[in-house]
Amino acid sequence: MIFTSYTNIISPLGFSTSENYQAVLDSKVGVKKIILPFATEAFCVGKIEDEQLSQRFAPLGNIDFYTKLEQLSILSIQDVIDQSGIDTSDERTLLIYSTTKGNIDILSFDSAQDGKKRIDPKRVYLSELTKQIQLYFKFAHTPVVLSNACISGILAIIMAQRFIEQGIYDNVLVSGGDILSEFTISGFKSFNALSSEPSKPFDANRVGINLGEAVSTILITNKKELAIPYNTQVVSGASANDANHISGPSRTGDGLFQSLQNLQLKNKDEVGFISAHGTATPFNDEMESIAFERAGLTKIPVNSLKGYYGHTLGAAGVLETVLSLESLKNQQLIKSEGYETKGVSGNITMIEKHQSKSFLSFIKTASGFGGCNAAALFRKI
Amino acid sequence: MSYITSYAHIKNNQVSVNGTIVFASDKTASLSEFLSAAYKFLGISYPKFHKMDAQCKLGFLCTEFALKDSDFLISNDLSKIGIILSNSASSLETDRQHQLSISDKSNYFPSPAVFVYTLPNIVIGEIAIRHKITGENAFFVSEKLDAELLDNYTRILMNAATEAVIEGWTEVDRSHYEAFIFLVETQENRNKSSIFKPLKQSNILELYNQTTWTH
Repeated sequence: MIFTSYTNIISPLGFSTSENYQAVLDSKVGVKKIILPFATEAFCVGKIEDEQLSQRFAPLGNIDFYTKLEQLSILSIQDVIDQSGIDTSDERTLLIYSTTKGNIDILSFDSAQDGKKRIDPKRVYLSELTKQIQLYFKFAHTPVVLSNACISGILAIIMAQRFIEQGIYDNVLVSGGDILSEFTISGFKSFNALSSEPSKPFDANRVGINLGEAVSTILITNKKELAIPYNTQVVSGASANDANHISGPSRTGDGLFQSLQNLQLKNKDEVGFISAHGTATPFNDEMESIAFERAGLTKIPVNSLKGYYGHTLGAAGVLETVLSLESLKNQQLIKSEGYETKGVSGNITMIEKHQSKSFLSFIKTASGFGGCNAAALFRKI
Repeated sequence: MSYITSYAHIKNNQVSVNGTIVFASDKTASLSEFLSAAYKFLGISYPKFHKMDAQCKLGFLCTEFALKDSDFLISNDLSKIGIILSNSASSLETDRQHQLSISDKSNYFPSPAVFVYTLPNIVIGEIAIRHKITGENAFFVSEKLDAELLDNYTRILMNAATEAVIEGWTEVDRSHYEAFIFLVETQENRNKSSIFKPLKQSNILELYNQTTWTH
């Protein structure tokens, strides 16, 4: 059996899992309209305050040597190591790092007058970013870097379960992170995919996504004594491709449907909720509702956590799994923030307010550019 | 038992299939000239090819060459074929292009047609769309071809629901480019021209180093 263990979330809503879970229970929203340093107009985004990060990171290392994403990642991984007491230099321990764009902000350092930091431009290469993390924690193995668009985080967790099941490792730390950058904001804006107000997943009036930054880390393990935080196992996971379009989801939800089928779900009644991808773009949410209906999951309540955090890209799958584990532990369904009126054609049931519920398992899903989809099933042991 | 049944390797303006160079452009040809010539040589008609960025064109072509004389797509269930690709620069070449389009506020022209290619796994989507392959996906970023990781993860997938895998490396980074794609399947490939090597790290590396490049 493969277990979920200790976790961390660093986001605009806090620097630990418990701070984040409490903030979400208090219905705090991490996205707001602000004017970013590189922009003249306001964007509705989830931003981690630089000063707060610097204060937190200063005791751990030189803030001028590490990029923002490296600092966030080191803080997040350190928290999980402190809680679990695992030995990163052990041959049987691996780090899988999930990101879409890594240190993409330093790509502009050559042209922009950003003289505050002396970061080696090589660190825009993802394996150079993870090399810094490996050196910091003295990991025995070179970290595995997974960059598979918006399914990266959940796919990294599925991969961790698979590596352990195969007997290759005992402990796999999965860390997912992405930062806000002019690069991604301008790109999503060119797609007309951004909402200027807090996003409204699955709602009739949804117009697009908010971008957010976050790093989240979870330890996946075969050691029963490390299962304490959630007493939950990673049961199964699958990914599938729509084979339909590189930037738009299948209208019939083919890849997500195939991923859900491949979970080999035996007892739907046990599943307390589905943590959907729910980016709040018209096409994505519509597609998900169709896939859930096709998979016969119409009675299982659904939420999207994007209303609280925006889309945190490579962090999303990890962050949303961690909050869902809290939800399972506390037997509490989290409201799908931003949802008011049903705006999708698939027959699904949204979670409209926080509520207590007795349940044993949940499903996490994600879908992304390149036609990729993934789903994973978690269950109490 | 899983076998590598075919592979293609592209670098230095040459295409090698199963160890033999089947196509070459003049070594002074640019990457885009070479990619267009290799596409013409293949003799396929696929309009979507022309919209792709260089990295997708390269990975797409390398896959087409690996599949060309193989019955891989006929003998395996398309919903159970996985695609696992990797490289070291992610989508950096197209990232630079997008960055250039936003670096000057007086000449600001970010384009969705460019931005969509700023994710390394888009090439997986392009290959999937071309052949309606809907199985497992993964894009790894590693400093160099990580035969151990590819071998391990393929083995893991093939111990479960996956029947066959298209995998390897595809990278474009400034003037440097290279693609190496190999096919892994469980049943005997019936095509006589194909190679037949048990899947293991040393065989991946042997095939990677097998071609004698003429320039």
